[in-house]
Amino acid sequence: MSTIKNRIKKVRTHVSQNEPLLFERSRPGSVAYKLPNIDVPDTEISELIDPNFLRTDNLAYMPEVAEPDIVRHFTRLSTWNYGTDTGMFPLGSCTMKYNPKINEFVARLESFAAAHPLAPELAVQGCLEVIYLAEQLLAEITGMAAVTLQPAAGAHGEMTGIMMIRALLKDRGDARKKVLIPDSAHGTNPATAAMCGYSVEGVRSNSQGLTDLAELEKRMDDTVAALMLTNPNTVGLFEEDIEKICKLMHERGGLVYMDGANMNALCAVARPGDMGVDVMHMNLHKTMSTPHGGGGPGAGPVAVTKELAPYLPSPTVIKVDDRFALDFNRPSSIGRVRAFHGNFGVVLRAVCYMLALGSEGLRENTETAVLNANYIAHHLRDTYEIPYPGKLMHEVIFSDKRQRKFGVTNGDIAKRLIDYGFHPPTMSFPLIVPGALMVEPTESEGRQEIDLFIDAMKSINEEAQENPELLKHAPYSTRVGRFDEVAAARNPVLRWQPKNEK
Amino acid sequence: MRYIPNSAEERAKMLAEMGVQSIEDFFTSIPAHLRLEKPLNLPPAYAESELIKFFKKLAARNTDPNNTISFLGAGAYNHFRPIVIDTLISRSEFYTTYTPYQPEIAQGTLQAIFEFQSMICLLTGMEVANASMYDGSTAMAEAALMANRITRRKKILVSQAVHPEYRAVLDTYLKSTGLVSETVAFSASGQTALDSINLDSEVAAVIVQSPNFFGCIEDMAAVAEKAHQAGALFISVTTEPISWGLLRSPGDCGADIVVAEGQSFGIAPSYGGPYLGIFASRAQYQRQMPGRLIGEAFDADGNRGFVITLATREQHIRREKASSNICTNQGLFMLMATVYLATMGKQGLQEVAKQNLQKSAYAAKAISELDGYSLLFSAPRFNEFVVKTPKPATEIMEKLLSQNIIAGLPLSNYYPDMTHALLVCVTEQNTKADIDQLVAALK
Repeated sequence: MSTIKNRIKKVRTHVSQNEPLLFERSRPGSVAYKLPNIDVPDTEISELIDPNFLRTDNLAYMPEVAEPDIVRHFTRLSTWNYGTDTGMFPLGSCTMKYNPKINEFVARLESFAAAHPLAPELAVQGCLEVIYLAEQLLAEITGMAAVTLQPAAGAHGEMTGIMMIRALLKDRGDARKKVLIPDSAHGTNPATAAMCGYSVEGVRSNSQGLTDLAELEKRMDDTVAALMLTNPNTVGLFEEDIEKICKLMHERGGLVYMDGANMNALCAVARPGDMGVDVMHMNLHKTMSTPHGGGGPGAGPVAVTKELAPYLPSPTVIKVDDRFALDFNRPSSIGRVRAFHGNFGVVLRAVCYMLALGSEGLRENTETAVLNANYIAHHLRDTYEIPYPGKLMHEVIFSDKRQRKFGVTNGDIAKRLIDYGFHPPTMSFPLIVPGALMVEPTESEGRQEIDLFIDAMKSINEEAQENPELLKHAPYSTRVGRFDEVAAARNPVLRWQPKNEK
Repeated sequence: MRYIPNSAEERAKMLAEMGVQSIEDFFTSIPAHLRLEKPLNLPPAYAESELIKFFKKLAARNTDPNNTISFLGAGAYNHFRPIVIDTLISRSEFYTTYTPYQPEIAQGTLQAIFEFQSMICLLTGMEVANASMYDGSTAMAEAALMANRITRRKKILVSQAVHPEYRAVLDTYLKSTGLVSETVAFSASGQTALDSINLDSEVAAVIVQSPNFFGCIEDMAAVAEKAHQAGALFISVTTEPISWGLLRSPGDCGADIVVAEGQSFGIAPSYGGPYLGIFASRAQYQRQMPGRLIGEAFDADGNRGFVITLATREQHIRREKASSNICTNQGLFMLMATVYLATMGKQGLQEVAKQNLQKSAYAAKAISELDGYSLLFSAPRFNEFVVKTPKPATEIMEKLLSQNIIAGLPLSNYYPDMTHALLVCVTEQNTKADIDQLVAALK
């Protein structure tokens, strides 16, 4: 470590506390709660419920700890994480932008937080108005006619969208059998199509990394329900032929689903609705700054054309005079995709963000995000291969092609970045880029942090040439090293168990 | 813009350094006529002080929770949320991080998920629990799909006493997959009618909720036995997992898959979400489970840690052959539940369950003694019960709402024939005085 430390400018190591599992901290008799004394008759449980229905294990092994134990436990755990508040998180296609603190404040306002999803409409006019407003804002930003907020996440939105396409085509007389998906797509796209009962057919990208129109022309026939397209796509390029693509699909009786994961490249600059897209989802936890929370909750609103609007999940929010109401009378609706009204708390945060930005702020975001990605590409293109060096938008996809000569892979580069104080880029896709390093800086990174990142990437490239072995075992600065994930999957231990029962 | 560190001046410098004339040059791959020439039609950007005022005003259009007594449950419950929950989940290393794909810098999230999975196993009596699903309703639909993968059978039997919105979600999920569902009636006791469960060799699973939508505790062991005899799985659903503090666990009753809504574990009602889908199963089915699983692992120095494991079921690897398309789960809300369960602990979970039971029993007795009122069902209950009302329940609701009491849920919303039935929920948050006020208002 000592010989290489001088290269690392962003971080130093510091003491990290050990912390056992809650179960290992547990001490009989410790408590962290107090309930008010019971104010109704303290009737024996056995008088109220047949003992056959009662559990007999006395909740054995559930933790027994006091409040300070809990606070220290989770605080220590938190210090083992890295978040966007810690530093740059250039995870491509995940849009790890800054999460404004006002959003958290708003979502916790008591009258919102305490609102019951089945409360009479009169008691939740504020919530209904938030939903109504969110739908209007998202419709304007996407250029679509109508929006549902029911889907709980991006993949859930995809499912909702494909189900609506299926319902529309069925009404036209034939739901069709296949969904076309470019080979650069995120894994949720094919998984979604399969869940909706469609078989999946790949569409090859052309040498520029764009959808191959000729190939699409060949594959698009009367068995195809839809094309699922990410735009900008996952190699960071805008699908320049988007209008021709939509026209071709429409002429042959299909629809176009747009995965809005990369909407951060388009907001207030261009609108999918103007391009001919029929249905799309947005990830509010990406574009609209709601926190990723270590893997959710997200929200995946779906926006559609006028033609698809009758198929939106039920209920929708309508405005009747000055009052907001839920409309359940939707005979063509695909039904419900989730109980209640979706991830309202996430929607609330996103509305707060959209209002904080306005159109100008959204545009400034988009422009800065695109600038930052191009700035990184500009400074690293001599060091790392960019397999599809077209007009990059909000992310840049490098590959490890040049470093592979030294036996170093994208995974090694990523792990070494951790020592330099950065979260690694995305590597699991696009599948058309072997050894991908997908970098999305977002607008939230300032030049100082970006320059440190560029510097780290260059330095790692030098290390790859000088001492590839060093990278093979990185990271060195973390409290744990690389795990034996093969052993973990071969004999999975998925829960804590008391020693004598192991 | 206050969330953008690079000022306009800085951005101009960066452009100049790159030899790019104008920011517009980056967008030329978008056909010119598709590029917006005018700003979007959005409200002008708000200052933070304006946002606070705006949202406080909007929030005030809801009824004031401090001035309203509510007896609404039906899948979303009013339980006390210890303050430490928000304190701890507000650590930004938790809430501003991503799915823990890089275990070396995500051990905090990973260990918390492992603890969550372990506690869910203890509470449900199951062997494997995942890192969470979107919510209870989608977890139930995914469980049905999983049962089809395991049994290769196409029919799902679902009790009519399962939450109606959960059944609606199930129908939506099944519609496009070629699977079918059939409903099973409930009996006069309020429980699923065992003799209406028509099993045949096509049935993949029987889905029963306990406590069910009417608050009745089901005889899950009998359902499980019946399902198993026909080679079908038993999927147990719970919308009120606080009941697990007292009731025999679904696993102990023979459930093969357990799904639940985890909102009761320290998550605010928040007009229906985000919530927490709990999903657990028998170990033999773990490779058919949807969602993320966290397992123990060791690094080269023998340090214990946790990683995402058995990921070959997941969409980012298996694509169209994945067990589900789920990617994002409810990470932060899983953490809320973990903190809640730790805070209540072994004793608190039992005590809070007991208080729910006792207060609900007190309310049920008092209401049923009123003239014209009675309890519709006779089965044992936890914290919810159905009241047979002398007038249409919607009328009573309306009248009480003007007195700032939300009396419950008129069942006619979901069961059009049940016009004189009100579903009432009483939790530890309702004081005796609240209950007495409800009883007085019903008179």
